[in-house]
Amino acid sequence: MSIFWTIWITVITLIVIIGCAVLLRITSKNTTGVEEGQPMPHTFDGIQELNNPLPKWWTGLFWFTIVIGLLYTFAFPSYTANWNGLLDWTSSEQSVMSKEESAKLAETSHSQYQREMNAAEEKYGAVFKELAYDENGVYKDLTLVAEDPEAVKVGQRLFLQNCAQCHGSDARGSTGFPNLADNDWLYGGEPQAIKDSIMHGRQGIMAAWKDILGEQGIKETAAYVLKLSGRRVNAIEAQAGEERFVMCAACHGADGTGNHALGAPNLTNKIWLYGGSRKAVEDTIRNGRSGVMPAWSEILGEDKIHLISAFVYSLSQEK
Amino acid sequence: MKHEFIEKNVGLLAVFIVIAISFGGLAQITPLMFQKETNEPVDTLRPYTALEMEGRDIYIREGCSNCHSQMIRPFRAETERYGHYSVAGEGVWEHPFLWGSKRTGPDLARVGERYSDAWHEVHLINPRDVVPQSNMPAYPWLADNVLTGEDTARKLSIFRDNFGVPYTDEDIAGAKAAVQGKTEMQAIIAYLQSLGHAFR
Repeated sequence: MSIFWTIWITVITLIVIIGCAVLLRITSKNTTGVEEGQPMPHTFDGIQELNNPLPKWWTGLFWFTIVIGLLYTFAFPSYTANWNGLLDWTSSEQSVMSKEESAKLAETSHSQYQREMNAAEEKYGAVFKELAYDENGVYKDLTLVAEDPEAVKVGQRLFLQNCAQCHGSDARGSTGFPNLADNDWLYGGEPQAIKDSIMHGRQGIMAAWKDILGEQGIKETAAYVLKLSGRRVNAIEAQAGEERFVMCAACHGADGTGNHALGAPNLTNKIWLYGGSRKAVEDTIRNGRSGVMPAWSEILGEDKIHLISAFVYSLSQEK
Repeated sequence: MKHEFIEKNVGLLAVFIVIAISFGGLAQITPLMFQKETNEPVDTLRPYTALEMEGRDIYIREGCSNCHSQMIRPFRAETERYGHYSVAGEGVWEHPFLWGSKRTGPDLARVGERYSDAWHEVHLINPRDVVPQSNMPAYPWLADNVLTGEDTARKLSIFRDNFGVPYTDEDIAGAKAAVQGKTEMQAIIAYLQSLGHAFR
């Protein structure tokens, strides 16, 4: 901030505050020539006005606000930049140019926001740490965390806040958003695989096959895919579809049981991420699918994700 | 000048009132118009793409900012849920800004990449399909309306010429092609996914 704006702010602020004082001083004087409590020399529609000035305590309050106002401008950041007032107070680091700069400043900043964050980290961060770490300061095995009712409860709270929008408050998902409670996994149900999914996100891309297969090919392939999970289908179509399935086998496996490394769903069970109707399966083959699980490591941090992972893992351990 | 004279001349009184109340604005607002913090983009800010720009206009048209703010305040209660608090340097290319002042729905300042495109599509067509307790209206027509891209290049050049947003000539030349034939749904999702990119 240039010196010009410092002068600008200082002059205007002082004019206003001093102006208020002067105005109060002038209007406090009795200029009517009438004694207090006596009638003023005018009437309106027969209504008479008495000379009743403001009570003393009331004008006293005005003086009080003027003094406080002046003190306030010196106590808090005011007249010039890079000066946080006599109390050295600032709300947050508003001039940061990047997230990295903000993270760096957070270590030394004593803004009101940072103090609030530090106090919370001390209080709640310790709770997460106690639940997620063992006595050696490394993450507890997720299978153990999943057996700790306290940790699972905290994980569930975090899940409801951050994950339920897609996976549902019961974690049973919906069309396009995986059910996490059925023990069928796209990327594997091992604790570490669950944690990886949450930390770094997933991209479940299936290519569109309409140009390669054509409508007839899509119909036949769909018939075979449905047959894999034991549905009754047109045998001739399914036969033709089986021959075309070689292309699908690259991801879904020759037997159609899927591949956790690629996130390719198992096609032989009755669990359908995008719907199991003939039309839905045909649509999937025709136009492909692109499922995205966002990455949460930056947003939530690993401690919380460890607890959420334990909760998600615990869901499929009860059966 | 007599006090009585001012009180009996309403026009004069109005002039004095305006002068009196403008002091606050002169001291608080005018300096901000010339500050580095409020005029310089943050390091990672990029301009909206043509499609995002169209999505932004749909966001304005549908009145999203009546219920959604785009301003995360520096309180833990907000940053825990929404992410890093908003800073002035993120908004220098926003004309008009869409900070909003009402939160019937959540803040959207950093909603980008929090949900998948598919989630946004389902959610905009019928919010109850993914968030059962939501009271957000449905916007199914977004999926049907197709953009022509007639005005897109003009929009970008207005932002470049008047607001100093660094669009290149290629950006503007390719603007129509970039949005033509896309649905409003695709545009608004692109816009939503871009929100908060500078501090992600």
